[in-house]
Amino acid sequence: MAAPRSFLWTRRIFLTLLTAFVVLPVYVMISSSLKPLEDVSGKFEWIPSGLTLRPYVDIWETVPLADYFVNSIVVAGAATVFSVIVAIFAAYAVSRYSFRGKRAFTVTVLSTQMFPGILFLLPLFLIYVNIGNATGIALFGSREGLILTYLTFSLPFSIWMLTGYFDSIPRELDEAAKVDGCGPIKALFRVIIPAATPGIVAVAIYAFMTAWGEVLFASVMTNDTTRTLAVGLQGYATQNDVYWNQVMAASLVVSVPVVVGFLLLQRYLVAGLTAGAVK
Amino acid sequence: MTETVITPPSERTARKAAPGEAPAPRRSGRRRIALPYLLLLPALLLELLVHLVPMLMGITMSFRELTQFYIRNWSEAPWSGLDNFSVAIDFDAPVGQALLKSFLTTCLFTVLSVGLCWLLGTSAAIFLQENFRGRGFLRTLFLVPYALPVYAAVITWAFMFQRDNGIINHVLHDQLGIGDSPAFWLIGDNSFWALLIVSVWKGWPFAFLTVMAGLQNIPRDMYEAAALDGAGVWKQIRHITLPSLRSVNQVLVLVLFLWTFNDFNTPFVLFGKAAPEAADLISLHIYQSSFQTWNFGTGSAMSVLLLLFLLLVTGVYLLLTTRGRKTSDA
Repeated sequence: MAAPRSFLWTRRIFLTLLTAFVVLPVYVMISSSLKPLEDVSGKFEWIPSGLTLRPYVDIWETVPLADYFVNSIVVAGAATVFSVIVAIFAAYAVSRYSFRGKRAFTVTVLSTQMFPGILFLLPLFLIYVNIGNATGIALFGSREGLILTYLTFSLPFSIWMLTGYFDSIPRELDEAAKVDGCGPIKALFRVIIPAATPGIVAVAIYAFMTAWGEVLFASVMTNDTTRTLAVGLQGYATQNDVYWNQVMAASLVVSVPVVVGFLLLQRYLVAGLTAGAVK
Repeated sequence: MTETVITPPSERTARKAAPGEAPAPRRSGRRRIALPYLLLLPALLLELLVHLVPMLMGITMSFRELTQFYIRNWSEAPWSGLDNFSVAIDFDAPVGQALLKSFLTTCLFTVLSVGLCWLLGTSAAIFLQENFRGRGFLRTLFLVPYALPVYAAVITWAFMFQRDNGIINHVLHDQLGIGDSPAFWLIGDNSFWALLIVSVWKGWPFAFLTVMAGLQNIPRDMYEAAALDGAGVWKQIRHITLPSLRSVNQVLVLVLFLWTFNDFNTPFVLFGKAAPEAADLISLHIYQSSFQTWNFGTGSAMSVLLLLFLLLVTGVYLLLTTRGRKTSDA
């Protein structure tokens, strides 16, 4: 297709500006993380004059970043695993069975997506405290409580997307498995899950990123030992000073694993969206 | 259709012959009925515990006089009827006035943010539809804002918007010479625009991703046919690409709307616990007014009003878009 010049120039200009917009904060993050404190406290410099790796050493000392890191990995990782498992079961039921209350279920689950987090923050806090008082299971302030909370955040979208994905897998496949003597659960594991891997990976990415990036519940529902990165990064601002170079270094350190993981797996996300959410 | 594939021919003819007859007994019938419910049970329990029960609690709290004295035993807090709601919507008093202002700010903010996210995402997806050098790289690069954790990205923007040592003022004031003195971005009226820029930067890649996925469903031969008819690229975008994205856009705009309207993370990380008045989005406003004054009853009433508004908008939106779809299908 021979595109006219007007199209090519519009595209060139648009993409250049957009690239600059996208890259600017990334550049600021990287360059500032390599500057000494005097430099980030003064006027911004496009080209750093004195490069140093010092902030990358100091970030671990100023706040217990390693502990926050572990907390975030445990919480986001566990929330992802459980959320994906629960979503697979639910989506399988919705996609493959007709039963009473199916519509009510999907509507309810999807509508939880629109609840303002602020509406159930305080009630949930009280429920966790009460469960803790009644049973001794510490949900408030613990990693478990946060895992439990986060795993439901991605659930509605995951169920919705996986249902769409499962619908796109021909029923002949699981019927054939049933003819071969598989029960419904065996058919799910033998046929549906392998065929839906891109969709499942997409949902897992989404669940992980939701948990890794959440701030509101993390700031209310954690204590000194269970604090996640979302809250921990605020520790670089003291009463008198903000260690901006360390903030940037720490931001970069906590971002690299997720960004790299995401970019490696992003083709699954597009594939998952294509078959699932976008029909 | 699948039914015909798996049902043995003999059974099918038998069924046709006697339509009034009860269907053949199913193998382990009860288990088959129970199974979908068992599969749904974990999801249902979790949604109940973390979303539905707390939401119902939140709604009852909005009818109670829930101050810090009662917070440990919230169920003993005295009923106050609709008092909390009348405080929240008394637009002559400070509390109601602030809520109304925050609500209007959020509406304007959401419209601008969703509009810009949609525009940038759709344009980028369309411009990257055809293959050219650097396309794969840009596709990956454009997803970086989406992949970055919110707090890391927003903290970086907070640094960029610093008055004395941020890059924004360095470029605008020092290099381009705009304004007599460096502007404040995180306090005062500019904070609205600062928040909008951050929100768009963080949000548009989702639109990009969704539209990109939607574009893959448009058959190539539609473009080829249009090209044979002499339609240029711009015409093809207008008459094939954009109409084909209709259903994708309906979902996308709704999701973006709900996320943006409820967004707490971006203003919270950008401004801290209290946002400047010009950028006082509703989630943070409710959070702040609940936890600052410890008046959770009024806070809950505000949340309930917010939920009612979102339900109303979503309902009207779904009604309008699905009716539109039906007529266009016919």
